[in-house]
Amino acid sequence: MIELDSVMLSRMLTAMTLIFHIIFATVGVGVPVMISIAELIGIKKKDKYYSLMAKRWARGFTIIVAVGVVTGTAIGLQLSLLWPSFMQLAGKVIALPLFMETFAFFFEAIFLGAYLYTWDRFKNPMTHWWLSIPIIIGGTLSAFFITTVNAFMNTPAGFDVEDGVINAINPLAAMFNPATPTKVFHVVSSAYMTSAAILATIAAVTYLVKRDQEYAKRALKLTVTATLVFSISTAVAGDLSAKFLAEYQPEKLAAGEWHFETEEGADLVLFGTLNDDNEITGEIRLPKALSFLAYGNFDAEVTGLDKIPDDEEPPLFIHYFFDLMVSIGMFVLLVSGLYVLMTYVKKWNPHNKLMLWALTTIGPLSMLAIEFGWVYAEIGRQPWIMRGFMKVAEGATTSPNVGAMFLLFFLLYFVLGIGTLVVLRKMFKDHPAEVELEHLYTEVGKGGER
Amino acid sequence: MMGYEYIGITVLWVFLYGYLIVASVDFGAGFFAYYARRTNKDHIMNKLISRYLSPVWEVTNVFFVFFFVGLVGFFPDMAYYFGQALLIPGSIAIVLLAIRGSFYAFESYGSKNNSVFMFLYGATGLLIPASLSTALTISEGGFLNVTDDGVRLQITELLLSPYSWSVVLLAIVSVLYISSMFLSYYAHKAGDKDALSLLRKYALFWSIPTIIASMTVFIAMSQHNPEHFDRLFDYWWVFGLSVLFYLIAVFLVYSEKLYGFAFIAVMLQFFFAFFGYGVSKLPYLLYPHVTISESVTPDAMGLALVVAFIGGLLLLIPSLVMLMRMFLFDADYIKGNK
Repeated sequence: MIELDSVMLSRMLTAMTLIFHIIFATVGVGVPVMISIAELIGIKKKDKYYSLMAKRWARGFTIIVAVGVVTGTAIGLQLSLLWPSFMQLAGKVIALPLFMETFAFFFEAIFLGAYLYTWDRFKNPMTHWWLSIPIIIGGTLSAFFITTVNAFMNTPAGFDVEDGVINAINPLAAMFNPATPTKVFHVVSSAYMTSAAILATIAAVTYLVKRDQEYAKRALKLTVTATLVFSISTAVAGDLSAKFLAEYQPEKLAAGEWHFETEEGADLVLFGTLNDDNEITGEIRLPKALSFLAYGNFDAEVTGLDKIPDDEEPPLFIHYFFDLMVSIGMFVLLVSGLYVLMTYVKKWNPHNKLMLWALTTIGPLSMLAIEFGWVYAEIGRQPWIMRGFMKVAEGATTSPNVGAMFLLFFLLYFVLGIGTLVVLRKMFKDHPAEVELEHLYTEVGKGGER
Repeated sequence: MMGYEYIGITVLWVFLYGYLIVASVDFGAGFFAYYARRTNKDHIMNKLISRYLSPVWEVTNVFFVFFFVGLVGFFPDMAYYFGQALLIPGSIAIVLLAIRGSFYAFESYGSKNNSVFMFLYGATGLLIPASLSTALTISEGGFLNVTDDGVRLQITELLLSPYSWSVVLLAIVSVLYISSMFLSYYAHKAGDKDALSLLRKYALFWSIPTIIASMTVFIAMSQHNPEHFDRLFDYWWVFGLSVLFYLIAVFLVYSEKLYGFAFIAVMLQFFFAFFGYGVSKLPYLLYPHVTISESVTPDAMGLALVVAFIGGLLLLIPSLVMLMRMFLFDADYIKGNK
């Protein structure tokens, strides 16, 4: 039975805010890349479809980004409101990336306003395109800085503790801690991949319902190719992350893989369930694959949960999240790879029903994989808030009112979520691309309003 | 050699001042937009407001995020005290800000025609400054119960305190005053005579409660925190300058000329009042629990933050200038030709 004390409720509220925020943050980081590419192709090829694509994506992006900003502000404040003792301690070591993140956010906010409200305002269309570059840089740098903070919580570095007092702080060492490179690579890559996949899903649906097919064809080609490229880099990043875990956070890897005994040539456990005696049933076992995953060597020794003190062991259910994340990643990689292949072989029709149906799933699935991946990463470092230094219970607020705040925020996110869906639907359903295209070119010169 | 704590607090105070100005314009505009709608004058106001505010609302929001992230960075102890005490008011402020942020996102697609949303947009414009100003009130001391079990906000004492209400009142009326002063300038620049004549009336009207509320805060402060009140008097000339610029601003708007200078005078009026208040607060950040020198982050982090800040400014200032030239000082854009 879980006790709903302030610690548990603080965890639940933080989790809820992050799960909601991550949807918008991920799209916020990745979609500007796609908008920028589409606008550039539109200008270079003088293909009005691509220019329209950039405009339509940007319009939807405005909504997403706004919700991302308000939920981001929420999590920014909640860190101090719900985890005051943690922030008091960690603030001394990781204030730098938090501070720099707001600079990146500032930079992005300025250019986003400039970009979104100046379509067709410049004589040379390239001037407007250049405004998209700082948005990409700002968004990606935000992701970078905030990920270094999370990485720090996993592998704290850059300070010494003597008698409970932190000293000898090195802000750069804290920021570039051991977890930073793989985490940043994985986060940025998967954000690009998911954004491309979501846009691919939209294009596939448009094509399937037989609307704007000329437009949808181009959109599919661009987005699915991008999905393929980014899902390959995400897979590479995932592999590097596993190798990182084996070395620095063996308890997370072991719990995620249900690897109980330390051994050489460890098997990789896929799927399956745990019975009441912690025995694995119904699994697929790949002999020695875990050793290979962790060290690139089939006979390497992998630390198991037997080497981890019982009260520092993460919950075992994270295995499911790990499996789901990886399976989805592989599925998206295969589907997008197949589509790209089909576009190169003349005889095949990449726009057959089955292919399109498969493509409609990759956006939502990728977003789910992002959520699963974060659940795995975050619950996998339980019971620590700062691994090795501070447990979650020591960092939480003592306020008795967290439960009420949980309900308040649940209501807020519910309303925001519904509002976003309604507005996005209204925005695109009533304004098909073909109609908009005609409209755009009969009213040349009046297009200043977004 | 000035310590990092003084550089830090100066930086933060500048950003809080920046937020005070840009957010006041935003919050006040929400109230005026709603009021104009109730009095069937919304056609005069809405275009003006959405042309200026939509491209910059995110930037406004960043000023706020910047302040609280910087505060925790430079003075981590503040996270401990304020974090525990302000869970409820802080959460409410977040929700209000979220409602407002979503208004800008959803406005072009129907919410502008929705009375409930317009009401929320107007109401948050007054409630947010009221709830945020509470944090400043608490920093004067007397509202926190600090024990080994944690920090608790004494909400009844806060609600019964004349000082806290005088601050809330000042926050609300100065938001309306600053906003109408700015929008008058913007309407003047846009050559929108109808909007100008309306906003000019608002500006002159709200100037009166603003100066009265400022005086009230002084009186309430003398009761609530006499120690701070005495230090306020060490800086009497700063507040004198503030009043001088207030008179200049009101005079210019009254005589219907130099709206740009009038707004600069408003900014200077609040600059002096805000910095006079800030400097007289020191050495306390949270009276009497947190002082500026004891709570400051270790030197290495202080240095890193200052370096990051300078680097960030080199990037931000040119970008902000660009944004202002695009949406604030581009006469064609303001008039609606672009």
